[in-house]
Amino acid sequence: MEEPAVVTRGLTKRYGDLVAVDHLDLELHRGEIFGLLGPNGAGKTTTILMLLGLTEPTEGEARVLGLDPTRRPLEVKRRVGYVPDAVGFYDQMTGRQNLRFTARLNGLNGFAAEERIASLLEQVGLSDAADDPVETYSRGMRQRLGIADALVKDPEVLILDEPTVAIDPEGVAEVLELIRRVSRERGATVLLSSHLLHQVRTVCDRVGIFAAGRLVALGRVDELAARAGVAATTLEVAVDGDPARVEEALRALPGVRAVERDGRDPRRWVVAADGDPRPALVRALAERGLVLLHLERREEELDALYRRYFREAEPAGAGRGTR
Amino acid sequence: MNAARRAVAPGVAGVRERSIGWRVIAAKEVADHLLSTRFAVLLLLVALAAVGSVYAASGGIREIAERAQEAPSLFLQVFTAAPERVPSFLTLVGFLAPLLGVAFGFDAVNGERAQRTLPRLVAQPIRRDDVINGKFVGGLAVIVAVLTALTLIVAGLGIVRLGITPTADEAGRLLAWLVLTAVYVGFWLAFATLWSVVLRRAATSALVSISVWLVLTLFTGFLVGLVADAVAPVPDSPTVEEVLRNARVQQWLGRLSPAVLYEEATVVLLNPQIRTVGIVLPRQVDQAIPSPLPLDQSLLVVWPQIVGLAALCVVCFAAAYVLFMRQEIRA
Repeated sequence: MEEPAVVTRGLTKRYGDLVAVDHLDLELHRGEIFGLLGPNGAGKTTTILMLLGLTEPTEGEARVLGLDPTRRPLEVKRRVGYVPDAVGFYDQMTGRQNLRFTARLNGLNGFAAEERIASLLEQVGLSDAADDPVETYSRGMRQRLGIADALVKDPEVLILDEPTVAIDPEGVAEVLELIRRVSRERGATVLLSSHLLHQVRTVCDRVGIFAAGRLVALGRVDELAARAGVAATTLEVAVDGDPARVEEALRALPGVRAVERDGRDPRRWVVAADGDPRPALVRALAERGLVLLHLERREEELDALYRRYFREAEPAGAGRGTR
Repeated sequence: MNAARRAVAPGVAGVRERSIGWRVIAAKEVADHLLSTRFAVLLLLVALAAVGSVYAASGGIREIAERAQEAPSLFLQVFTAAPERVPSFLTLVGFLAPLLGVAFGFDAVNGERAQRTLPRLVAQPIRRDDVINGKFVGGLAVIVAVLTALTLIVAGLGIVRLGITPTADEAGRLLAWLVLTAVYVGFWLAFATLWSVVLRRAATSALVSISVWLVLTLFTGFLVGLVADAVAPVPDSPTVEEVLRNARVQQWLGRLSPAVLYEEATVVLLNPQIRTVGIVLPRQVDQAIPSPLPLDQSLLVVWPQIVGLAALCVVCFAAAYVLFMRQEIRA
């Protein structure tokens, strides 16, 4: 097994009396997509800055690709791409010029650099806008340009701070798809931070939930849900047929926690289960000759999980998942 | 992808030995400045002022030259003469150079913050001081290029209008004056950069720098006079000692201002006849034979002023540097 891409041991950052990051122990495997989740001010950005050597830890240590970012920041920054929160560009310059500047700072010049920049712009879908000034770009385009910018150096680790904030749902989907593709095609390790669990849960292999500087939970989303006593999946089902037989079929599904009847319509049921019982459900109903009219996965349980850890309400309008 | 990684490799080796970051940043700064509106406006302003003053000065010099064939270093008077209420080229540069420094430095760091480009910039494989070094070098390079070009144009106009060419000594004096001006502009650039590190808003840092510039160039004489009268009062029927004491306090206080230091150094460098920047009593020049000083002697006269200016520049830049290095990257 290769050494982990990122390791932190007792990583702590204090600003006076404020503890921004409190003894963080974290390990990121090579090639995985890891989500650092938590409300604003939980210490996510501080953690990222420490991993890049842009802020010195008060205590503890970090290793990025086996290197200490405090002592060898240049080497770390050469191999780690970073897209900051609300990434900014030189507005008067075009997207291509901005990337060219980054390439030069990374010691990339001439034809090789130009070729690389063109192919990155293509990958993030900005070829048409490449020679427009960045001031004409939308938030989503800036975010994608930010990812291209971080990829100029062909990083082994890609760190994205709040990549989905303040962009429209379509933009979010594009950005997440891009992150997934980068991870798959380049084998890069991805660390992304977000305060919107429902947006990033689909791309993250594992997540760490961060509150007030401490890591309160770590693992796969469904594992965390199970541990927190929250069903991983809640399904809304409508089935045509004898209610007794339907109920018996639903209760026999693997990992079922609860089966309830939806009061408004006798054919509608709500099923809570660990894991994802949808394939089994479809098969069980078919075997019994029952007709599935409607099947929908509710996203509520993720919000419940989230609230359970943070004990604070999500801002109104943060919205449900768009799946 | 592997090809790309190989392509990175040579640069990587270069970066490890010595950082190339500041040069890349300086190059970008120069390009940005040259294309900016602020550069166009300032260039127009400075060029108009310079050409106007030279035409006025060279017209005046012709008359002087006709009267006194033996006027020492006639050529330099293109820069120093100020007939008919038109300020001389020197006065104009002394007045406008700080403005150039401030204009190219006031948003050096907080501009990056406002655009949110600073975190992205420092996440590149460069040292943090490359950012501030590169910005300082880039800004200074642009200003020095402009001033050098202007000086050469003025010298060229002078040659055409007067029909005389500068001697080696005069050319040397001009060069020394250019270096001095670069140091002076460097001070203002460093000063403005310092405020751009301390203050979050570019508008505020511009205002602070410009107010200090105005105070130092316009009100120094007035303020110094006030303080000197309080420290060393001159009674109604003063003795020579009392008047001298007052004058010394005034001079000493005035030299705290970089504008005064620059002015003194400039006057001596471009006027070979001037032998001192101190207080001269009539009895000291009585019977003295007016003869020009060689360049090295002139330099010796104002060496303290030059060193003082350089020190101020270094102090300001060092303060900006240290504060920037200690600042948190996030806003």
